Amino acid sequence: MFLILTAMIVLCASGVVSLWYGKTPGHANAIGPAGTVLGCLIGLIPAVEVLWTGQAEAFRMAWQVPFGSFHIQLDALSAFFLLPVLGLPAIAAIYGKAYLAAYSGKKNLGVSWFFYTILTASMMLVVVARNAVLFLMAWEIMSVSSFFLVCFEDEKESVRKAGWTYLVATHIGTAFLLVMFVLLAHHGPSMDFDHFSAAGMNGVSISGLIFLLAIIGFGTKAGFMPFHVWLPEAHPAAPSHVSAVMSGVMIKTGIYGIVRILTFLGHPDPWWGWVLTGIGVVSGILGVLFALAQHDLKRLLAYHSVENIGIIALGLGMGVLGMALNQPLLAVLGFAGGLLHVLNHAIFKGLLFLGAGAVLHETGERDIEKLGGLMRRMPWTGALFLLGAVAICGLPPLNGFVSEFIIYVAAFSGMGLSGISLSSIAIITALAMIGGLAAACFTKAFGVVFLGEPRTSAVMQAHEVSPAMRFSMVILGISCILIGFSGPAVISVMKSVVETVTGYQGYDIAAHLAVSLPPLKHISAAAGILLAILGVLIWLRQRLLSHRNVAQGGTWDCGYTRPNARMQYTASSFAQPLTGMFGFFLQTRQEAALPEGFFPSQSRLHTNTEDIFTRNLYRPIFRCIERFLLWLHWMQQGQVQIYILYVAVTLLLLLIWNLR
Amino acid sequence: MTMNMTSLLHIPTAFILAPLLLGIINRTKAFFAGRKGQPLLQAYYDIAKLLQKSAVYSRTTSWVFRAGPVASLAAVTTALLVVPVGGSAAPFHFSGDLIFLAYLLGVVRFFTVIAALDTGSPFEGMGASREVQFSVLAEPALLLSLAAMSLIGKIPAADSMLFQGFFASLSEIYARLTLAAWSHSGTVLLLAASAIMIVLLTENSRIPVDDPNTHLELTMIHEVMVLDHSGPDFAMILYAAALKLWIFCALLAGVLMPVRSGNFLLDTTTIIAGIFMIAIGIGVIESIMARLRLLRIPQLLSGAGVFALLAIVLVLKK
Repeated sequence: MFLILTAMIVLCASGVVSLWYGKTPGHANAIGPAGTVLGCLIGLIPAVEVLWTGQAEAFRMAWQVPFGSFHIQLDALSAFFLLPVLGLPAIAAIYGKAYLAAYSGKKNLGVSWFFYTILTASMMLVVVARNAVLFLMAWEIMSVSSFFLVCFEDEKESVRKAGWTYLVATHIGTAFLLVMFVLLAHHGPSMDFDHFSAAGMNGVSISGLIFLLAIIGFGTKAGFMPFHVWLPEAHPAAPSHVSAVMSGVMIKTGIYGIVRILTFLGHPDPWWGWVLTGIGVVSGILGVLFALAQHDLKRLLAYHSVENIGIIALGLGMGVLGMALNQPLLAVLGFAGGLLHVLNHAIFKGLLFLGAGAVLHETGERDIEKLGGLMRRMPWTGALFLLGAVAICGLPPLNGFVSEFIIYVAAFSGMGLSGISLSSIAIITALAMIGGLAAACFTKAFGVVFLGEPRTSAVMQAHEVSPAMRFSMVILGISCILIGFSGPAVISVMKSVVETVTGYQGYDIAAHLAVSLPPLKHISAAAGILLAILGVLIWLRQRLLSHRNVAQGGTWDCGYTRPNARMQYTASSFAQPLTGMFGFFLQTRQEAALPEGFFPSQSRLHTNTEDIFTRNLYRPIFRCIERFLLWLHWMQQGQVQIYILYVAVTLLLLLIWNLR
Repeated sequence: MTMNMTSLLHIPTAFILAPLLLGIINRTKAFFAGRKGQPLLQAYYDIAKLLQKSAVYSRTTSWVFRAGPVASLAAVTTALLVVPVGGSAAPFHFSGDLIFLAYLLGVVRFFTVIAALDTGSPFEGMGASREVQFSVLAEPALLLSLAAMSLIGKIPAADSMLFQGFFASLSEIYARLTLAAWSHSGTVLLLAASAIMIVLLTENSRIPVDDPNTHLELTMIHEVMVLDHSGPDFAMILYAAALKLWIFCALLAGVLMPVRSGNFLLDTTTIIAGIFMIAIGIGVIESIMARLRLLRIPQLLSGAGVFALLAIVLVLKK
């Protein structure tokens, strides 16, 4: 516990110091990242220790705040979430130092690093807090500090708008959390998490309501559809290392919240599992479909986070269903797969955002249609982005496959059990479709950005990014490979985590998890064989071509004599068959000036896929609210006397109320 | 690690016989067209000749283009490890190997597609775009039809508190598909087999989805993606395609040929005969059908998905 507190203090202190040195960017840009890395490394020590031993540690201190107490605890679940919460910000900080150097002198980097360290510390506090008041405070600090990080480039209107959307969305979510905690505390003597679980919510009629409130409140942060609308706005607007942290880690605190609340609610009802599965199917499929329709690389990645949150929800749904219907095997595998995907997604999404940031840094361009041919100019970034793309598509032998595989196994095992079959079929179909769509989306993103010929002159001048930025990406890339190949070891670590979540004591969790061990061992072995075959084939190809006259030529152009870079297939055309097929959900708008006549001169096509929930759900609601508030204008006359009258009338009414 | 030595024989068998399937299909088509047709071993000659040639690379391409064929062939070869030949188990069998198989085929697709995009050619981009579109529908259909078959013979007691069994590996699923299985759940198997057949035709770019002999780049799917490959790279692509066809034929033959005598030689020969029959069947389909319009193909694939779903519903309702 001492180390956890030290880590938080180091993080906050380095933030304050870099704020102090804000006017001298060199100092701020050194102290901020250094403090983050140091603090995170200190914090990771107890997390790894707790995961290893499975022994929870706690710390409690008196606190003046009503209903509050400074109660923190590090159990296996918190420790597991601490891995991404501390790991990714540390890696992204090294990258951010080089990334922000370009803004040195133009922006106050001290402020940026201050909020970055505060964000990291508050995320840490969120996962270890054991008191509702403390939790909500940490939650709020996390939301507000990330808001300031999103608004880094506040001179751009789009960024201010994105920040505003985020601020509103996150507070609506927090409102639901407030109600939820009040309901939880209603049945216990205090706001301490210990009392929530001790209260034993079994059979309490409102536990279903609490679950729903948690789904909406935490789901807003996590990015469940339809509460995700802030996510594709805010994540692209932030500087890339912040996008990586927000998309890779911060939204996972929402998942943490749901899982933590589930541990208070006792035996779940089956419909909770169905709700989670439903959310998972919708978020997963629609998330990747919207990603497919985007032209903005970072926005595409943000929508992909919605998809991956959907996959996590599918795992959790299976877990809850398994608990509800007393199928411990499904519960253990579902939670293990879903939670492992939390870590995996943090790694590959971090890698992809840092890769997208590197492209943005070098070319100043986020529009996929204007990029191309970067593989030859940025070989490291290109190769690492490819690695991340393969991982996020869930393809073997990388880490994405391991967690998706466990969720698949849980779903397949549930087939034929009453009450679970339907969920199982939904999960298998959804995962298979998500897999296909994700492959489409990432062959598009990687292929159009890094392969072929440059589409604009900005790309011609691009160079490989600095070693510091490459270093961060290499670390994440190596993690993708390591977890992919060490599936059996990783799943054993999940034992104590799943134990905390399910609360199974009588059942032998290890035995249930062991069910997935032989398959994972085979997969690791097969992955090794795959690499060996790959090596042999590469060697064979080298040998065959070594003494032959290998020629260079132009791409086959079917007889056309003057091909140019603009004739390449664009991202929009690549995705068109799929976006057309699912046009009902996407409602893509087209503005086109088609070529006409025998000698067409000008033609143009622009497609825009707006979020259907923003357009059809939230915009009408907020317009109604705005209209109502405008209507209240008649009360504001701007005359002091009238305002005093309001005060007097209110006082009078209150007095009468008191007399009653 | 479960591995038996006899089952290892399946892999060299596939290595040797896979290109023959292309020859059989072509000879069947020639027979229907009243032609003499190319030699049965033409695919072998092609591969051998390509391996002896040099290569030409486009100036636009990077190492991704060169990695495509190598990665595809490596993934297909690894996939062979989990594919059972009829009742005799694959060298690797574990619960969930069918997912591993489907995702390895996903690896093949991923690398073929990015290698195509690396050339910067609009034609190859077009083919790649169609390839990923169809796979979105083909993948669920394949997994669901295998899921339906995995349920045959495994229904656990519905209300039992403890879980009855764990879900089977491909080899176990295929070992259960005996004549008895056909007699009591024939409809399910027929539906699943139809779904697998449609996926087979799609994934191996055969008529009615794609025409391997088409001459217009605009209408191709798979062939257009490999336009720029030459020499040993193209040999690897041809060989990987043959192996992929072998895998799908083996999956289908395992369902359609319920011979599970326990005699390794007898079982294997029947299934291999079945694989060749399926190749003839593909040739017949290619001869008597025209290609579907590209816009109709999603409907065909959704049909396969519906067949698979129906199969699951039927097997669960029993």
